Amino acid sequence: MATVLLSNLNKKFDETHVVKDVNLEIRDREFVVLVGPSGCGKTTTLRMIAGLEDITSGEIRIDEKVVNDLPPMDRDIAMVFQNYALYPHMSVYDNMAFGLKMRKFEKSEIEKRVRRSAEILGIQALLERRPRQLSGGQRQRVALGRAIVRDPRVFLFDEPLSNLDAKLRVQMRVELKRLHHRLETTAIYVTHDQVEAMTLGDRVVVMKDGLVQQVGEPLELYGRPANRFVASFIGSPAMNFAEVTVNSSSEALWAEAPGLRIKVPESKRESLRRHTGQRVTLGIRPEALRPANGADPSDYAFDSTVEVVEPLGNEILLDVRAGTHLMVARVDPATRVKVRDAVRLAVDPERLHFFDSKSEVAI
Amino acid sequence: MIEGAKWKKWVWFYLPMGLFILGLLFPFYWMLVITLKPDGELYRPWNHPLYSPFWTSAPTLDHVKNLLQETLFGTWMWNTMLIALVATLISLFCGVIAGYALARLRFRWAGLLGTAIFVTYLVPQTLLFIPLAEIIRDYRIGDTPWALILTYPTFLIPFCTWLMMGYFKTIPKELEECARIDGATRWQAMVYIILPIALPGILSAGIFAFTLSWNEFIYALVFLSSPEQKTVPVGVTSELIRGDVFYWGSLMAGALIGSIPVAFVYSFFVEHYVAGMTGSVKG
Repeated sequence: MATVLLSNLNKKFDETHVVKDVNLEIRDREFVVLVGPSGCGKTTTLRMIAGLEDITSGEIRIDEKVVNDLPPMDRDIAMVFQNYALYPHMSVYDNMAFGLKMRKFEKSEIEKRVRRSAEILGIQALLERRPRQLSGGQRQRVALGRAIVRDPRVFLFDEPLSNLDAKLRVQMRVELKRLHHRLETTAIYVTHDQVEAMTLGDRVVVMKDGLVQQVGEPLELYGRPANRFVASFIGSPAMNFAEVTVNSSSEALWAEAPGLRIKVPESKRESLRRHTGQRVTLGIRPEALRPANGADPSDYAFDSTVEVVEPLGNEILLDVRAGTHLMVARVDPATRVKVRDAVRLAVDPERLHFFDSKSEVAI
Repeated sequence: MIEGAKWKKWVWFYLPMGLFILGLLFPFYWMLVITLKPDGELYRPWNHPLYSPFWTSAPTLDHVKNLLQETLFGTWMWNTMLIALVATLISLFCGVIAGYALARLRFRWAGLLGTAIFVTYLVPQTLLFIPLAEIIRDYRIGDTPWALILTYPTFLIPFCTWLMMGYFKTIPKELEECARIDGATRWQAMVYIILPIALPGILSAGIFAFTLSWNEFIYALVFLSSPEQKTVPVGVTSELIRGDVFYWGSLMAGALIGSIPVAFVYSFFVEHYVAGMTGSVKG
C-alpha cells in the first residue's frame, strides 16, 4: 500500500537525456502503465524507481519519503523482469524464499508465505523444480510469485509478458489483472504494447523521447488524445491522419483536401476558427468510418476506392484511398465489397479529431 | 550430424574422429610402452631382427622402481602439487574478484584496465624471468616453493581474470539486480547468486591455471636449484638426463606418472568444464 510520487525526474546517460522532467503521481493501490515506443525512457524511469539507476535530478517519493539515495533493498519494492531473472541454481521454492531469507524472516514464516503465494499462482506442484525445467508461462508465474511473496509496497513490472507467445500473453494479462484486484498493491507496469497498457492500466502514461505525452484513463486516451502521437499510438489499427486546409464558407467551416471535404462539427467550430486558411491534421479512427447509406448527410462523407480487404471474421478492415490519402476503415463483417470497388464512407462527426500541423497538439 | 548412408557417416565422422583420437592418445601410449620396456629392448637398433618400437615382449617395472627409489620423484610430485594448488587458489581468488569488477562495476578506466591486464599476459615468460629472478633474490625466497607460488600468479591472474570476465558477462545482470531488490547487498548478491552460477567458469579457470602451473618449466628451472625443491618437469629432466645420457625408461615413467594428476583433474570436472567453455546460462 503506497503512493509513488515522481517530481521533475531526469536521467542523463553521459550526453543522452533519456528521461526529461517526468512528473507523475501514482495513487495508493493504483495500477499505472508506462507505455511508449522503445527508447522512450519508460524502462529507465522504472529502474530509477527501483533504485537500479541513479537519478540525475528530481525526486522520487514512496509514501512521502524521498528514496533517491536508498538502495533497492530498502525501498520495499518488488520487480518482475522481462527475462524473469530466476536464479537458475535454485529450486522454485528457494527462488521465492530468497528475498525473505535475505530479510531474515523465520523459517516457518517463509514456508507459510511461499506456500500461500504458490497457491495463489497455481504453482504448488512446481516448488521443487529448477527454472530450466519450467515452461515460459510457468517461469513467468514463478517470477510473479517471487514478487508477491514479500508483500512489498510497490510492484514494478518491466515488460513481463513480452517473452511469452501471443496466446499465453493474453491469458497472463487477465491473470495479472485478477492478481492486482486480489492483492491491491500499487503497481507500475512498463510495456511497449498499447493493448496491454489499455487493458491493464487504471491509468496509462504515454511516453515518447523521454517526455510524458499524456496521462489518463485508457478510454480518455483513446477518446481525447492530447496530441497526434498519442492518437496514433493508442488504438489498433492506428488512427487515420489527413493533412487538410480549414476553409470557411458562409457560417460553416470545412476541412478540405483533394478528394476530401468534411464539414467541421459545431463542437469544434470555435476552436478551429482561428486556424481558418491554415493546414491542420484531421484524425479519424478506423471505427468512426462506415459505408454510407442514403440517409447520411453528404457533409460527413467522402468517396474512396478499396485497395485491400482484410476480413477478420468479426469485422473487415478496408484499406481505401480517398484522393491522395490512404485510410483504414473498420466495417461490419456483412459488408460486401471487393478490391477496386468505389465506396462512399460516412464519418461520425463527433469522433473527428484535429491536430495542429506544427505542434501536433490536439485542437 | 551427418545424414544419409552409413558409409558417409563412417567416412566423414568415425574415421576422422578415430584418427584424431589416435593422434591425441599416441604420446601416452608411447610413454607407456617405453616405461615398460626393458633396457635391452629399448636400445635395440632399428635394423635388429627383433626391433619392435610399438610393442614390448618382456614388460618390466624396473624403470618405475628406479624412478621412485633412485630419484626424489615423490618429493617432486608433492612440491608440484603444493605449488600448483596454492598458486591456483591465489590466482583464482584474485581472478574471480577482478573479473567480476571489470565485467560488472561501472567505473572509469574499466575497459583500459581490462586491456592492460591482458597485455601483461602477453609478456613472454622467457623475458619476465630475468627481472623476476632479481626480485626473488632480493626477497630471499629463491629455492623455496614460495618462489613459484608467488611468481606463477603473474601469468595466472591475468589469465583467470580474462576468463572470468568473459564468463561473468554471460550472466544476465538482471539476476543480480533482482537479488539486490530482494534484499541482498552487492556482496551477498555475488556470493549467493553470481558465484554459484559462475561455478563452471570458475572450475575451468581453475583447471587451466592448475595445468599451467603443473607444466610450468622455465620459472621452476631458474628459481629452484636443490633437487629436493624441484618440481616434476624440472626434476625429471635434470636428474634423468645426465650429460648426454638419457634414462629414457625412467624419463617416460616420470612423464606418465606426472601427467596422471592433471588427467584426473580434467576427467573429474569434465562436465562443469565443458559447460564453462560453452559458457551459457539459461534462466
